Amino acid sequence: MIELRGVKKRFGANEVLRGVDLTVAKGTSMVIIGGSGTGKSVLLKCILGLVRPDEGRITLSGRDVTEGDRDAFLARFGMLFQGGALFDSLRIWENVAFRLMRGATKRPKPEARAIAIEKLRRVGLGPQVADLYPAELSGGMQKRVSLARAIAAEPEIIFFDEPTTGLDPIMSGVINALIREIVTEMGATAMAITHDMSSVRAIADNVAMLHGGKVRWTGPVSEMDATSDPYVQQFIHGRAEGPIESLR
Amino acid sequence: MSLLYPVAAIGRVTLGALAHIGAIAIFAGRVLSHVLRPPFYPREFLLALMQIGWFSLPVVGLTALFTGGALALQIYAGGARFSAEAVVPAIVAIGMVRELGPVLGGLMVAARVASSIAAEIGTMKVTEQIDALVTLSTHPLKYLAVPRAVAATLAVPVLVAVGDVIGIMGGWMVGVNRLGFNSAAYIKNTLDFLETWDVTSGLLKGAAFGFIVALMGCYHGMNSGRGAQGVGQATKSAVVSASVLIFAANYLLTELFFS
Repeated sequence: MIELRGVKKRFGANEVLRGVDLTVAKGTSMVIIGGSGTGKSVLLKCILGLVRPDEGRITLSGRDVTEGDRDAFLARFGMLFQGGALFDSLRIWENVAFRLMRGATKRPKPEARAIAIEKLRRVGLGPQVADLYPAELSGGMQKRVSLARAIAAEPEIIFFDEPTTGLDPIMSGVINALIREIVTEMGATAMAITHDMSSVRAIADNVAMLHGGKVRWTGPVSEMDATSDPYVQQFIHGRAEGPIESLR
Repeated sequence: MSLLYPVAAIGRVTLGALAHIGAIAIFAGRVLSHVLRPPFYPREFLLALMQIGWFSLPVVGLTALFTGGALALQIYAGGARFSAEAVVPAIVAIGMVRELGPVLGGLMVAARVASSIAAEIGTMKVTEQIDALVTLSTHPLKYLAVPRAVAATLAVPVLVAVGDVIGIMGGWMVGVNRLGFNSAAYIKNTLDFLETWDVTSGLLKGAAFGFIVALMGCYHGMNSGRGAQGVGQATKSAVVSASVLIFAANYLLTELFFS
């Protein structure tokens, strides 16, 4: 279980997180929604330790994420970055097998390559892409490779940062379905951040809406449409009019 | 109150510069502290060695060749004022191996390598590849900076050595073909005047300059701002700061070696 209590983070004068409280139960999928600049990515980065919160406590299975062996902690996570974040200088299979060729989980090269090819197959890519470089693939294929990398070491927890941004609706649907399938199949705990409501409906067990640096609303995805919260209603229906200020 | 504005501005700039120097010193210390600690990344080291050493050879060689030639012409013309034309081989050799070989080699590597390292790492930063490294339990400093720093520290002295030979050869070509020196006498003069320490001191300077170049490329890349502008700024800062530091280090090392 991931728990956040009173997490605050400011960048200069900009107070991005103003006391976030959130609980993600083990084996469930939490999707965080909210407008641009509301601190969704910062929240994920705080959990991973990529950004240090100014205040508050984040625990994983009851243990503070800042304590203990960092490598062992990070080994429990997989992450799909918004832009893929594939390493340009490495071949596709080397990207996927990156974690498998280093550290405590290090495997022999042929075994790592075989696992990478199997994970690529799992995300719908054939072995012919294994020896290509990221720049030779389309955006959708890069997202799939990034997904394969996120699941390569079979992590307990997977984070997805805007998994469908920049993809056409069909490819978005494919990626959403893949994420749902993989998370269910692996029994992993998932956290995703997105603006894309089709992703929310496809991926989420639970939804949390971040607004004004705090969790504005949280609940099961099945209750999201029925909630009377005007912020959630404005966001999920994409209305320009409502309590969330928009620039026009 | 307005009278204090210039003072405050100077204070701000001074404090900013000191903070920057401190940050670079800490970064250098962190890189050095990881050099002998595992894990090691031999593939990244060999790639950096190839990129920094092998691919810099043409530019360093050409720079040395033309500099050696020009140096021979200048010394000949200058020496002629007091009938000292005969010192051309010795001065070209000493000038190349002690000063011009390492400094110009270092500067050419700074222009070629510091910029490419800063642009590469800066792009990795803005495209979240560095964050991805962390989530994959890989220390970015260890994976990106240490192999490049070690490779540059080892490669630049070799480049300097090659540059020294080519520079002296440039002087010899001009001396023999343009200034009428006897070929064998020119080579003998060169060898007679050169001492081991002349060469060694130049190579040590090269090692220091190589470290500076890689350090500045990595530091500015890892601290790159957002977007294309941020990466462009990081690249520019890497080249400028590496060049200035090379000149500063050159003076300090010359004081240390020859005072």
